[in-house]
Amino acid sequence: MSKFKKKSGGGTPGISTASLPDIVFMLLFFFMVITVMRQNTPLIENELPYADEVEKLEKKDRVMYIYAGKPLPRYQEQYGTEGRIQLNDKFAEVSDVQAFIEAERASRREELIPFLTTSLKVDGETNMGLVSDIKQELRKVNALRVNYTTREGDAAANLQ
Amino acid sequence: MAKRSAPEVNAGSMADIAFLLLIFFLVTTTIETDSGITRRLPPIDPDVPQVDMRKRNILIVLVNKDDQLLVNDDPLELKNLRQTAMDFIDNGSGTGEDACDYCQGLGDPTSSENPQKAVISLQNDRLTSYKMYIAVQNELVAAYNDLREREAQRLFGLRYREMEKNFADQTWRGDRDKLKEQLDVLRAMYPQVLSEAEPRRRE
Repeated sequence: MSKFKKKSGGGTPGISTASLPDIVFMLLFFFMVITVMRQNTPLIENELPYADEVEKLEKKDRVMYIYAGKPLPRYQEQYGTEGRIQLNDKFAEVSDVQAFIEAERASRREELIPFLTTSLKVDGETNMGLVSDIKQELRKVNALRVNYTTREGDAAANLQ
Repeated sequence: MAKRSAPEVNAGSMADIAFLLLIFFLVTTTIETDSGITRRLPPIDPDVPQVDMRKRNILIVLVNKDDQLLVNDDPLELKNLRQTAMDFIDNGSGTGEDACDYCQGLGDPTSSENPQKAVISLQNDRLTSYKMYIAVQNELVAAYNDLREREAQRLFGLRYREMEKNFADQTWRGDRDKLKEQLDVLRAMYPQVLSEAEPRRRE
């Protein structure tokens, strides 16, 4: 019977690779979605303290970031081990904060300016003196909404 | 019997499965957002009249340079701060028009009159560590939130922290106006009066 003709070379057929592109695209999309673009490369240690009574900071276009903490070991020779401020990938002085806020405001849409929040990402080991100086500068430029950015967790964990 | 080769697997549906997975991950992954304690700094305004406050309406929380806590000049453990703050805010010893009809505190005549008058003054040294400061801030905010939580359950049968979360959530389906009204009631009952003084050096 010719209908059931024996095929020549009955080895296992190759696995179809037609779906490989789909899988690769899937992974690509997945990583595209979960990746958070880092806006600033940290020059300082940035172990945020813990808190649990927190509010979320949504709408990234309304947030300005100020980092502070001890310089990373590779910068310590140049900048010392005292807490420092970092603005936009650069070490800065307290007196630079006002100019930074003005520049940030200028780069945002005008109608958002009253809603801008300053997110203070400060290392837990920093002295409050530096933080108070930043707060004082923020008051001078009337940037009164601040958010002490923290990690979620029990506040008691800060004491250890 | 004739030996048959295995039939080829149909890969046409593989793309569908891939898309299904893709959509599943798209929906379930949340992009990490920053969160923290939001505060409003006091404006620099030299013309603000000094409100004359009675001493009993102020709770002074001081964190010294060694991260120790002093509440009205008495040392206190951080874990007891929340309860102390709640007792102070909720004391309600006022009489006449200062009376507080929903307070459940002890009514201690040496403590605050009502939650509207009660001010917590947070003071710190320049050498206080930031993490201790945040821990104290967190406990004080928690004290206010716990009191609002209690009133939210008594008045509306709702959970305050959930109400706050729903209100911040733009996709929440529900009566936003009513929610805002209820939140305003709670915030008026226990306004967060937390004064952050500039640090001073204490020896």
